[in-house]
Amino acid sequence: MQAQKKRNQILPALIFLLPGFVLFIVFFLGPLLYSFRISFYNWNFAHSDRSVFVGLQNYITQIKSAIFQRAVINTLVYTVITVAVKMVCGFFVAVLLNQKLRGRTFFRVAYYLPVITSWVIVSLLFTFLFSGQGGLVNYLLHNVLHVVDKDIMWLADPILALVPVVLVDIWKGVGWTVVIFLAGLQGIPAELVEAAAVDGANRWQRLVNIILPMMHGTLVFLLVVQVLGGLNSYVSFQLITKGNPMDLTHSILTLMYRATFTRLDFGGGAAISYMLTIFVFALSVIQLKLLRRPAGE
Amino acid sequence: MKRSHNLFNLFSYVILILGLFIVAVPFWYMISTAFKPQTMVFDLPPQFWPNPSTLSNFVKAFSEDNFGLYFWNSVQVTIASTLLTVLISSLLAFAFARLQFPFKETLFYVLLLGMMVPPVMLIIPQFVISHWLHLYNNLWGLILVYVTMNISMQTFLLRGVFEDVPRDLEEAAMIDGGTPWTIFMKIILPLSGPGLAVVVINSFLYAWEEYAWANVNIGDSAKRTLPIGIALFQTAHLTEWGQVFAASLAALVPVVIIFIVFQKYFVQGISTTGLKG
Repeated sequence: MQAQKKRNQILPALIFLLPGFVLFIVFFLGPLLYSFRISFYNWNFAHSDRSVFVGLQNYITQIKSAIFQRAVINTLVYTVITVAVKMVCGFFVAVLLNQKLRGRTFFRVAYYLPVITSWVIVSLLFTFLFSGQGGLVNYLLHNVLHVVDKDIMWLADPILALVPVVLVDIWKGVGWTVVIFLAGLQGIPAELVEAAAVDGANRWQRLVNIILPMMHGTLVFLLVVQVLGGLNSYVSFQLITKGNPMDLTHSILTLMYRATFTRLDFGGGAAISYMLTIFVFALSVIQLKLLRRPAGE
Repeated sequence: MKRSHNLFNLFSYVILILGLFIVAVPFWYMISTAFKPQTMVFDLPPQFWPNPSTLSNFVKAFSEDNFGLYFWNSVQVTIASTLLTVLISSLLAFAFARLQFPFKETLFYVLLLGMMVPPVMLIIPQFVISHWLHLYNNLWGLILVYVTMNISMQTFLLRGVFEDVPRDLEEAAMIDGGTPWTIFMKIILPLSGPGLAVVVINSFLYAWEEYAWANVNIGDSAKRTLPIGIALFQTAHLTEWGQVFAASLAALVPVVIIFIVFQKYFVQGISTTGLKG
């Protein structure tokens, strides 16, 4: 009876799975494998049969290229700074919002608005705010606070150009970490924190000794998701710096885009994206391992 | 004790209002710029309440500069990909939550690969395949890719939601001769409203805001969606920020409406999928 019931479900299962898996194979799995192949060729887009197998050459060329190395450094520095700031600010704002405060919901909704605003819009907005002449940021620094004596040409300098890219990510991202941290904080039993308060633990001691250890799962989740997001940054770099000046301000993925669609080096672009994919995949596996571990509490 | 509590409350408000200020000023400056005549865009000191203000940026953006068309393209792409994502991922999720079939675990893990590979990495091979399938310069090329990039995550989410629907209801239906299809349509879907709402929001936002793939797959300017329409307009008219932000605001309105309307479901949805909020 049981076995018969099971066999009966194969046909319905096929029908339920078919549309999803057809799409998944054509537009995800196929491309994933295909791009692996492209990365070993000097790929000819117009006549793919004339592509020449070059082995690991695309990978080696990229790793040795100064522009690629610079893009990797940019991406890593950007990721470390933005993730650290978003985690710390998000945590403290969440702790503040986790009290009985008038207007709590209002603050939460307001902080979430940048999160739902698209990357294209926020990137253009920050480009505008950081305009060399007549930009709001220069006005603030030069004419109001007088910390600089002339306008800064943010986007003309390979280091300064990354400032708006970093700031826009923090501005857009903090609201999300706040919401996730709040969810984690609300999962902590209030009695536990109150009991500690009765025993004489001050606010700081309660935070460090009770709240933080109980947030282990949330912390790991946020850390990994945000590191992955940082490594995959694309739109903000593409729209704010466009890699300028002199290709010194690329992220890994904007460099991939430039190699592929500007220089038509499909093999090189595929090699870049595969190196990132493998790195990201390894991180995701570590994430799954860490999350499955029964949380430290 | 009481006094320290009040002090902490005051401190909280100071920090929270400072944060609010940081969030609000760029937004407000964007809105005010959209209502400024071109000559005032770079005026110093910056005007936060433009005088005179004008609607000409909106008029120009939507008449001469085709943003009406881009808006309509975005609407079509977003509606089609949202509907298809909801349909296809709930079919998948039902199979993984309720049906028995060979290689179930393996297939599920293969599908989860989609959550680990970020979309931008696949644009090179997708571009090649899109040419083969004659989907280049075609809105269906966007729709099908958006659905594919969403189904892994949304199926994962919905499987959890469907598994929480009590099984005794189905057993009763089974005895009455119900097929998996009737159980899916009559029991599982109607009881999963908040979870489905989360999927709607996720896929709506993805399709409405996606830039990287649309920028690669659409060459014909009449087929542009809003994000690439706005970005390419800015590249071509470096200083016409009034129009850029007029179009941006138009793109932002549906998002804010959806966010406010669905907010309740959004919170409920988050709690049904394990994250309490």
